[in-house]
Amino acid sequence: MGSWIAFSSILGKDIRTYYAKPPNISWGIVFPLAWSVMFFVKSSTPVDVRTLLPGLVVLSVLFGTTSMLAVTITFERRRRSFERLLLAPMSLTSLMLAKTSGAILFGVFNAFVPVVLARLLIVLPGVNWIIFLLGVLLLAMASTFLGLLVAVSVSEVFEAQTFSNFFRFPMIFLSGMFLPVQDLPHWLRPVSSLLPPTYGVDLIRQAVTGQSRLNWILNATVLSLMVGLLLAVSIRQVKRRWIM
Amino acid sequence: MIEVQGLTKLYGSFPAVRGIAFHVARGEIFGLLGPNGAGKTSTISMLIGLSRISAGAVRIAGYDATREMPRIQRDIGVVPDESNLYDELEGLENLCFSGALYGMTRKRREQRAAELLDQFGLQAVGSKPFKTYSKGMKRKLTIAAALMHEPSILFLDEPTSGIDVASARQIRQNLKDMNERGTTIFLTTHYIEEAGRLCDRIALMVEGRIVRIGTPDELMSACQREHIIEITTAGPLAGVAGELAKVFSHVRVRVTGESTLRLQTDHASGVGPFVVWLHERGVPVVEATLIRPTLEDAFVALTSVDLAEMKRERERNS
Ligand SMILES: Nc1ncnc2c1ncn2[C@@H]1O[C@H](COP(=O)(O)OP(=O)(O)OP(=O)(O)O)[C@@H](O)[C@H]1O
Ligand SMILES: [Mg+2]
Repeated sequence: MGSWIAFSSILGKDIRTYYAKPPNISWGIVFPLAWSVMFFVKSSTPVDVRTLLPGLVVLSVLFGTTSMLAVTITFERRRRSFERLLLAPMSLTSLMLAKTSGAILFGVFNAFVPVVLARLLIVLPGVNWIIFLLGVLLLAMASTFLGLLVAVSVSEVFEAQTFSNFFRFPMIFLSGMFLPVQDLPHWLRPVSSLLPPTYGVDLIRQAVTGQSRLNWILNATVLSLMVGLLLAVSIRQVKRRWIM
Repeated sequence: MIEVQGLTKLYGSFPAVRGIAFHVARGEIFGLLGPNGAGKTSTISMLIGLSRISAGAVRIAGYDATREMPRIQRDIGVVPDESNLYDELEGLENLCFSGALYGMTRKRREQRAAELLDQFGLQAVGSKPFKTYSKGMKRKLTIAAALMHEPSILFLDEPTSGIDVASARQIRQNLKDMNERGTTIFLTTHYIEEAGRLCDRIALMVEGRIVRIGTPDELMSACQREHIIEITTAGPLAGVAGELAKVFSHVRVRVTGESTLRLQTDHASGVGPFVVWLHERGVPVVEATLIRPTLEDAFVALTSVDLAEMKRERERNS
């Protein structure tokens, strides 16, 4: 009970002071909306919209989640308010989950922007919403924890932002969002198999189009393992770098 | 309540804290006194779980600090040297958020927050954002936040540095009141007067080592190897001082003014003989006092740190 109160207060405070602020809400909508419109205008047929949707969902989730952690973690760490959270009688794991759940929710929210837009253009029958939600949630967690790893490995906010771009932009091309992984040069394919979004895209594509490279169970399993690994490494990093 | 053995902090190969040992009893106000860089913050950080213990053993309220920190954190309140509250939240919100971190229910939080705002004289600014607070108000609210969950041990790192005299006095009074009601207090400071006025016991820390632990009185008597008598006479002292030094050969005589002089001896001695002697020479004594060393004298004697240098450094820093 006590730890739930602590958890929900940390999450609630982050939502109020960061995520629900008008600039973030609008960026969270404007960005995904902008690139969705950009891609959809060129696609004349419902088939195209369906093909594009998974990539757009993943792009929205990736950017929505990772961009917030520079503020909620690195910035608070610099201003020392993070120290007070470290003093709270809760485990470091619950604390980090509380600090990241806002970003995860924000990512899930972002995922639905292209979906709503696509729904305005075409009807979307035959989408497996359960697999879709599973994919969005796992992907939101994976990319949040990727952002977390960056945020806890640097000390300045601008470093966090620079480093996440270093990861994010190559991922657009390497994880099969718009360019099929099969079309990548041989030597790049191992890289793409290390990137969480590769499995997220495949999982969401399965949900939307019914086609995928890997079985959805395999995709979900790999993604879950990556989620666990990223969280564990981030927490180790906090212990090593912050509790010196 | 706090037991520390061989506590050491290494930053790389630099030993900031070098195997210190002390214990703090329940209900005590214990002060760690030392100049800048002595290792006070490093020590406190290890006790509260914000810094890894390089070597040594710490037990707080019976729990081991290396293995049972979350359990310890439930019982302790921490006031850091710089505020760690949220600028964008209001005073009351900051307090309630603090309470929530310790699992307090909403009703309990609001009640306790109101109580504390009242206790620290901050009712008027409870609904203003923290960033609009003055330094003294910020410090008070930071202390209040640390008290939300009614900790049995309170840790404070330099609770009164950088704030005005009135606020500092109010904070000291609040700490005393809290202590009367049973809270054990561990604080660090580089203000000697503060340590003397507030603490039941003081540990003098210099360059990572504790050089002496004792009550303010014990520390002062430790340097009472020197006994100083100050004498003020009715007439001018001209000529008499030299003679006095010859007659009382065990005394060092220093003329400090037209009609004042200081006598230093290595052994305790009354003022009587000097008064009588001066009287017979036709120089009536108006006042003769035995000067007790201040805690500052004790500090210098015990740590051989040049206080003037400390002060200059402090001024350079602030
Ligand atoms: N994170 C750190 N990394 C390396 N050295 C450090 C670190 N923190 C403190 N030190 C060094 O350890 C020594 C003790 O520092 P500490 O902050 O504990 O002193 P302090 O007694 O609290 O001083 P002050 O009165 O200035 O607050 C100093 O020489 C300081 O430079
Ligand atoms: Mg300090």
